[in-house]
Formats: sequence, structure tokens, C-alpha cells
Amino acid sequence: MANHSDKRFPKAMFEPAQVDEALAEKIEKPSLNFWQDAFLRVRKNKAAIISFIILMLLVIVTFVGPYINGYDSETQNAAHSNLPPRIDALADVSWLPFEGTWEDRNGNTLYPYEERGIEESYWFGTDKFGRDLFTRLWEGVQISLLIAVLATAIDMIIGVSYGAISGYFGGRVDNIMQRIIEILTGIPNLVIVILLILVLEPGILSITLALAITGWTTMARVVRGQVLKLKNQEFALASKTLGATDFRIIFKHLMPNMVGVIIINTMFTIPNAIFFEAFLSFIGLGLQPPDASLGTLIEDGFKVMLLYPSQLIIPSIVISILMITFNLMADGLRDAFDPKMRD
Amino acid sequence: MGKYVLQRIFYMALTLFIVISLTFFLMQLIPGSPFSTAAKLSDSQLAIMNAKYGLDQPLPVQYAMYMGNVLQGDLGVSFQFSNTPVTELIAGRIGPSLSLGLQAMIFGTIFGILLGIIAALRQNTWLDYGSTFVAVLGKSIPSFVFAAMLQYIIGVQLGWLPVAFWRGFEYSILPTIALSIFPISIAARFMRTEMIDVLGSDYITLAKAKGASGYEIAFKHAMRNALIPVVTVLGPLTVSLITGSLVVERVFAIPGLGEQFVTSINVLDYSVIMGTTILFASLFIFTVFVVDILYSIIDPRIRLSGGNN
Repeated sequence: MANHSDKRFPKAMFEPAQVDEALAEKIEKPSLNFWQDAFLRVRKNKAAIISFIILMLLVIVTFVGPYINGYDSETQNAAHSNLPPRIDALADVSWLPFEGTWEDRNGNTLYPYEERGIEESYWFGTDKFGRDLFTRLWEGVQISLLIAVLATAIDMIIGVSYGAISGYFGGRVDNIMQRIIEILTGIPNLVIVILLILVLEPGILSITLALAITGWTTMARVVRGQVLKLKNQEFALASKTLGATDFRIIFKHLMPNMVGVIIINTMFTIPNAIFFEAFLSFIGLGLQPPDASLGTLIEDGFKVMLLYPSQLIIPSIVISILMITFNLMADGLRDAFDPKMRD
Repeated sequence: MGKYVLQRIFYMALTLFIVISLTFFLMQLIPGSPFSTAAKLSDSQLAIMNAKYGLDQPLPVQYAMYMGNVLQGDLGVSFQFSNTPVTELIAGRIGPSLSLGLQAMIFGTIFGILLGIIAALRQNTWLDYGSTFVAVLGKSIPSFVFAAMLQYIIGVQLGWLPVAFWRGFEYSILPTIALSIFPISIAARFMRTEMIDVLGSDYITLAKAKGASGYEIAFKHAMRNALIPVVTVLGPLTVSLITGSLVVERVFAIPGLGEQFVTSINVLDYSVIMGTTILFASLFIFTVFVVDILYSIIDPRIRLSGGNN
């Protein structure tokens, strides 16, 4: 046939390729460790990266904020009570609420700064005792974050140890420990938290403790599942044959394989703790004055919502941003660490 | 099946027993006298009062008495409302809470499921991203912040709906929306995952090959199977409704159980706190039980331990 001598496909193209046995095993890309691998996948998730950046900025402002405008959070000044937010540089931007005015119920604009002859500006206004809300807000966020991180850390320690022991030893130990968890999860967290705080008196420590006591069961369940899966694999068996103790196998060999799930779980626990702290403050079980947290600020703002809306709106926006960024970041990390997503 | 149900009932009873014991012993730890006028009473008056309420008995006897009373539905008397029985208080308050909770549950799950189906059918379009955005907002923004914002923007600024109180259907619209934002987000996310999963299965391809329309495939074939696992989130949703009702009722001044619970926390009306706690706990435990049983009945692929094979 004529096609056999088609000029587009000269005979030379159909020579067998030289196969070099040594090259067959060559690894083209640099090998990645767990963290690099996870980071590559997180990087693709734009929402998670943007959330991370916003969250970092927020955390920086939280720790710097109380020192930058020269007021402190506890000085009371009756003459300066309930002032609206005013930022001199932004006062002329009409769509931003920083020109230092309130609106009363009939729609009239009030000028408290001018009426009272106050020269200085409070960026986020003041509360009913004349305390600077900008400083109070960031100190409040600090306390909320402190409670959340502390509760989550305790949570993690209890949950990981409980889950690891239960899963690793199995048998009757596992059975009893799982029945205990089953009963504990049957009791709504809200009930335990409220009862504990009533007994312990509201405060940073009691709130943290109450959150930690109720939060660890999810972590314990997840870790147990992982340990059950990992403990029979060859590397654990090898370590056992070499005479490693149970403790060493759990913490030295199994734990590094569970870092992913533990991180994911932690990332979901933190926003949960932030929410619960604010929730408790809102129903009257939060921090006692003069301490402030996001929850107590929202609670105080809610009481004067009709007169001074910014006192409610500003902390509400901050808590929403915190919660949204934490959740989006947790989602991104889950997708990155989830072994099912590996391609 | 029967064995499984029996086992679950046993655990349910055990959990409830622990909750009641916990509330009783924690109540004992709280300092102070249950009588608000204790300071004005003489020793003999105090002794009479203590005897009347059985407080002079040793702790185990009090515990047994309390347990017996609770089992008979007697939750003690309120200190705040001049000795009204707690059961009576709860009965008077449960109406608005129940109707608000049901409204939010029905609206939340139906709307959430629809949102999830739309997102799954139009995967990676702006509809999908929009519904994911709503789900993230609903999961992230605390219910009381959302409730207060709704109240301020729609109630106060725009004046479209009543700001507060409980005097008819239009008063319940804002609280229902505020309370259902969490169910919506959970149901939407769950439904989306399940739908995508089901849409990839063989029988859907078969239905497509046979020429079924997109509408028919989505609602007749895929939705039915995708709905089954969604039943499992009803348990956590009940908890969120209870938690949410505490703050939402407070924000909108609704005379329900949650509002009363918050008030009694603020004035330390212990017997009301304990009674409501026990009620909430029973509600939760019972819902989880029903959901588990329901799940094993409607999904024939699941036969729990001890079931008929």
C-alpha cells in the first residue's frame, strides 16, 4: 500500500527505544516530606490562604492594638461616656461610620464630641463608663483567644492520651473506655458547662476548664480510630519486636502518623471554644467586670443597641471574622491532610 | 434489632440517671441557702423550713428523695417566682419554644437540603460557591450575633418586621431565621457531599442512559438516597436549636424556656436551672436515640449489631 511510505512517518521513528534499567527507578521530582506535601495542597486553596493572612493580621492587631492609641482599657471618665467612634483621618469618608456622630430615634444627627467640647478622638468610641473601646476590644480578643487556645491545648492532651490508650490496648480496656465516652457524649455539653461554671464561679480558669472537660471526646474518638488502624502495621510490629515499650511505640511511632488528624481537629476546636466563651458571656456566665472578652463586649453592646449601635456592631464584626477565618482555614487543612484526597 | 433497641434504652436510662445525679451533687456544692430570706429567719424557723423541704436529712436520703421526685415529674419549686412548682413554670413556657424550635428545624432542614441539592447539581458554578458561602457564614457566625444583627437591620432600621415579643406569626419570622441559620448550613454541606457521592454511582448513569430528565434524576433517584445520611445530623441539630434558643429567645424577648433559663441563671434560681437542665438533657438523649433507630430502619444497608441478617 502507498501509505507505508508516508513521508510524515519515516522509518527511523519506529526504532525500539534504548531502555536503561538504571533510569527506570529515577525519581524526577524532589521527594517531599509530610509538611511540604501538605503545604503544597493547602497552597492551592485560596480561601484558606486568604483566611490565614487575615487571621495573622488580626492576631497582630490584637497584640499591638492596646498600645497604639494611648488609652488604657480600665480608666473611667464619666465626661467621655458613650462617645461614637471617630477617626480624624476617615471622618470625611461618608460611607464609613467614623465621623463621630450618633443618630437618635427620630433620625436627627447628634454631635457629642462638639457638644461636650472633647478634643481627642476615640477610634471605636467609648462605653458607658467612658472607657476607650478600641483598647478594650483588643484586650477582649486577647482574652477570648487565650481561653480558646488554652482550652484546646488541654483538650488535645486529654483527648490524644485517652484515645491512644483506648485504641492501643484494645480489648476490655477499650470497651470500658468507649462506654464511658458514649455516656459522656450523651450529655449535652451545654449542660455540663453551665453546671460547672455555676459551681466554680465564672472566670478565665473556670470557663477554660469547663470547655476542656466537655471538648476532648471528639479528639479521643478520632485518635482511637487512627491508633486502631496504625497499631497493626509493620513498622509498629517491627518496633515491638525490637523491644520498644508501649509508651514509646505510641508516642514515638504512632503519633507522628496522626499529626494531620490531630491538627485538623484542633483547628475545629478553637473556633468552637471562641464561640462557647462568647455564648456563655451572652447568657450571663462570662467573665466578670472589669475584665472584658469578645462575649462580654457583645453583651454590653447588645444592651444599648438602639442608642449606640457601634458598640454592638464592632465586636460582632470582629468575632465573625475570627470564626469565619478559623473555619475556612480548618476546612483547607482538612482537605490538605485528608489521606483520601491524596492523588 | 430488638436487642439493639434494648441496649440503647439501657444506655439512655443510664445517661439520664448520671445527668440527674450530676445536677443534684453539683447543686450541693453551690454555697448558700436555698431560702432567699435565710438571713432574717431564726434558728428554729430555719429548722422548720429545712424539715419541710427535707434538708435536715442526710445526703443519701436527700438524693433518694430527689431522684424519686424527678422520676415522678416533680422538679421542686422555684425560689424566684414565690414557690411555683418548676414543672408548672416549664409547662407554661414550653409552647413558644417548641413552636419556634419546630419552625426553625423544618425551615432550616428543607431550605438547607434544597441549597445542598442545587450546589451539587451545579457543581463549581457561582450557585455552588454561593451556597458554600452561605454554609460557611451560617456555621461561623454565632447565632446571637446573627440574631442581634437581624433585629437591628430588619427590625429597627428597615422596620419590615416586628423587633421583638411573641404575638403572632410575623413575630416569629426573624427568630426563626436567626435560629435556622445553623441547621441550614449543616444540612446544605452534608446534602451537597451526599448528592455528589450519589450522582457518581452506577444507577444514576443508568437512569441517564435511559433518558430520564435532569429533574427526574435529581429528585426521584438521587435525592432519596442522599437524604438517608442527612438523618444523622438531626441529633446535633437538636442541640444547636436548644443552645440557639437560649440566646435567640433572649434577643427577641420571647417568653420561652430558653429565656427563662437565662433569667434563672442570672438570679441563681437553682431549682429552675436544674429542672430545665434535666429537660434539655432528656430531649437531647431521646432525639439521638430516635435518630439512631430511625437510621437503622430506613437504610436497609445498615444492620446494627444483633440485627437480623
